[in-house]
Amino acid sequence: MRLLIVEDDAEAAAYLTKAFREAGHVADHAGDGLEGYAMAEGGGYDVLVVDRMLPRLDGLSLIRSLREQKDATPALILSALAQVDDRVKGLRAGGDDYLPKPYAFSELLARVEVLARRRGAPASEPTTYRVGDLDLDRLAHRVTRGGTEILLQPREFRLLEYLMKHAGQVVTRTMLLENVWDYHFDPQTNVIDVHVSRLRAKVDKGFEHPMIHTIRGAGYMVRDTAR
Amino acid sequence: MTPHADRPSGGAVTPSRQKQHLLPNLFRTTAFKLTAVYLVVFALFAGVLLGYVAWNAKRLLDDQIRSTIDAEIQGLAEQQRLGGIRRLVNVIERRSGAPGASLYLVTTPVGERIAGNVEALPPGTLDRPGETEIEYARSSDTLDKPGRAIVRIFMLPGGFRLLVGRDVEERERLGIVIRRAAAWSLLLVFVLGCLASWFVARRVLKRIDDMTGTAQSIMDGDLKGRLAISGTGDELDRLALNLNAMLDRIGELMAGMQQVSDNIAHDLKTPLTRLRNRAEEALRTAATPDELRAALDGSIDEADNLIRVFNALLMIARLETGRIQDSMDVLDLSEIVSGMAELYEPLAEEAGLSLVTDVAPGLRVQGNRELIGQALANLIDNALKYGQPAENGESVVTVAARQVDGEVQLSVADHGPGIPKQDRGRVLDRFVRLDASRSKPGFGLGLSLAAGVVRLHAGQLRLEDNMPGLRVVIALPAGDVDAIEPRLVETKPVDAASPSPLPASTGPANPAGLPSL
Repeated sequence: MRLLIVEDDAEAAAYLTKAFREAGHVADHAGDGLEGYAMAEGGGYDVLVVDRMLPRLDGLSLIRSLREQKDATPALILSALAQVDDRVKGLRAGGDDYLPKPYAFSELLARVEVLARRRGAPASEPTTYRVGDLDLDRLAHRVTRGGTEILLQPREFRLLEYLMKHAGQVVTRTMLLENVWDYHFDPQTNVIDVHVSRLRAKVDKGFEHPMIHTIRGAGYMVRDTAR
Repeated sequence: MTPHADRPSGGAVTPSRQKQHLLPNLFRTTAFKLTAVYLVVFALFAGVLLGYVAWNAKRLLDDQIRSTIDAEIQGLAEQQRLGGIRRLVNVIERRSGAPGASLYLVTTPVGERIAGNVEALPPGTLDRPGETEIEYARSSDTLDKPGRAIVRIFMLPGGFRLLVGRDVEERERLGIVIRRAAAWSLLLVFVLGCLASWFVARRVLKRIDDMTGTAQSIMDGDLKGRLAISGTGDELDRLALNLNAMLDRIGELMAGMQQVSDNIAHDLKTPLTRLRNRAEEALRTAATPDELRAALDGSIDEADNLIRVFNALLMIARLETGRIQDSMDVLDLSEIVSGMAELYEPLAEEAGLSLVTDVAPGLRVQGNRELIGQALANLIDNALKYGQPAENGESVVTVAARQVDGEVQLSVADHGPGIPKQDRGRVLDRFVRLDASRSKPGFGLGLSLAAGVVRLHAGQLRLEDNMPGLRVVIALPAGDVDAIEPRLVETKPVDAASPSPLPASTGPANPAGLPSL
């Protein structure tokens, strides 16, 4: 994955570039908004990571300008502002995701990878997901593993659906709260962990290979470990 | 309130300059300008009114004079018909002798006077038959005092001419009276208007100057100062009341900011010290990479907690400044409450409590979904943490929502030890943790945050006795049912543009459960 980091703080940018490269991605860096715009316009990036406050051209304007050029490269906005309305403003300007500073790199990485994947995905979502012997039918609301039906509560179903949609990718707790429960605040406690462990009890119990994995320091991942 | 004499001269008008410019100030006041406009308008009205009266009076008098002349002419014509010119002359001679305003003259065809009481006439007057207004002199008067008269001239048979008229001195006198009245009333209007203007402008100016003085002394640091209220309830009183309310609010906000910075200084130093100690100790004692890694993990957790506290503090401060009214919406509160209870239900079970919901369907409030969700999450989280019942008590936390009159009441009730009455006001403050709960994780911000959210929604947060236990009630004004849009009832799609009050979690996995606020 090729990504462009537009960040004026040289130290933060160096840290991000290094961390993304260690995660196996190609990361370029632009030090201000105009340079970032020129590089992004050149194209070829899978994801843009844009700081909101930049010299010469601020992050929101940069993204808005790109969108006006019909450039739909996914963009994640980093911001030190965490006002209640800031996320809305960021998304309205054409950003695809919004992460307030300070953030954990694992959170940023997980979100960027989801954005990059979304770009390659077909416009319409498939009606079924399959990971190993685990099947989820979105229309029939049915989950089977190895042919045996697993009965799930509606919320558990949505949780598994989101995990399976991003199978092979790390999904953080905040991403789950945002996408399954549609809340953007920090629940402060391990509520998500409890939900995941309940789901895990239904999906993995009695099977040799677990499907739902805890990724330490990051979140969860659905992955087939049978092979 | 008198302005301070030692006020710095920069910025607004100083008292000495105010005195110097009292008159220009007066001319510039709204009261003065308004009075000037009224003055002109009233003077105009008075002028028009008097003009109308004068014109009508003149017309009336003229009509009277004409009818008198007509009557005399008819009488004289009758005399002439009966006795010819001789009799007419006799009658005129008799009438001319009588005092009064009537004028008579009979002349020969060449203009020589035969009889009458008119001595001098403008030349050519007698050649124009019909009615005219002329200057004349009476025979009995001196010639240098001409009078005015309305006269009618007739050609009599044989070339004789007859003039009958009436002096109009009465009319002239009335005109003078009216003109004088006009002048006096205009002068009176002007003088009284000026006086009134000066009085009103002075009065208003004085009060505004007082306000300016108070404002100045408040700016100079007397933050307790307030504008004087005259008690008449007029516009200036209303302005002063509003400004005072604004000053109170600013005072509250400043006190709040002061409290926040005090809290930050005091309560963030402890975890920061802990973080530093941990790092230092790891440097000193850790022998293996694994031990270093564990120490680093611990440090990151500690830092994350700090960030959480910091964010929560900022958010409370922001809630208190009340700046998010823009992102208010009509919400389905029932959906939020049920959803939040569902989110926490597994956690309750893990804590050995059962979470029971009693939610009336279709409750609507005006608000921000994220904030109300957050407040409710804090309350449920508290109930799960502190709501452990005493021996053989009920292990139930009840989340309820219902509408009572115009109020939607949302409550979270537990059967734990509760909060003693005397502490109920205090626990809403930042960082306040009761002794009984000090052993539990947390920072004492959850209730303050919930209270801030509720205040922002113009609601009330009440702490009640659940006998035993605590019941926290959030009362919000009910939203407009008709205004609700169908989309709000449905669950929003992924990444819906819902605002985020708090930054997303920044923490790594923490299986033991993160300390909550």
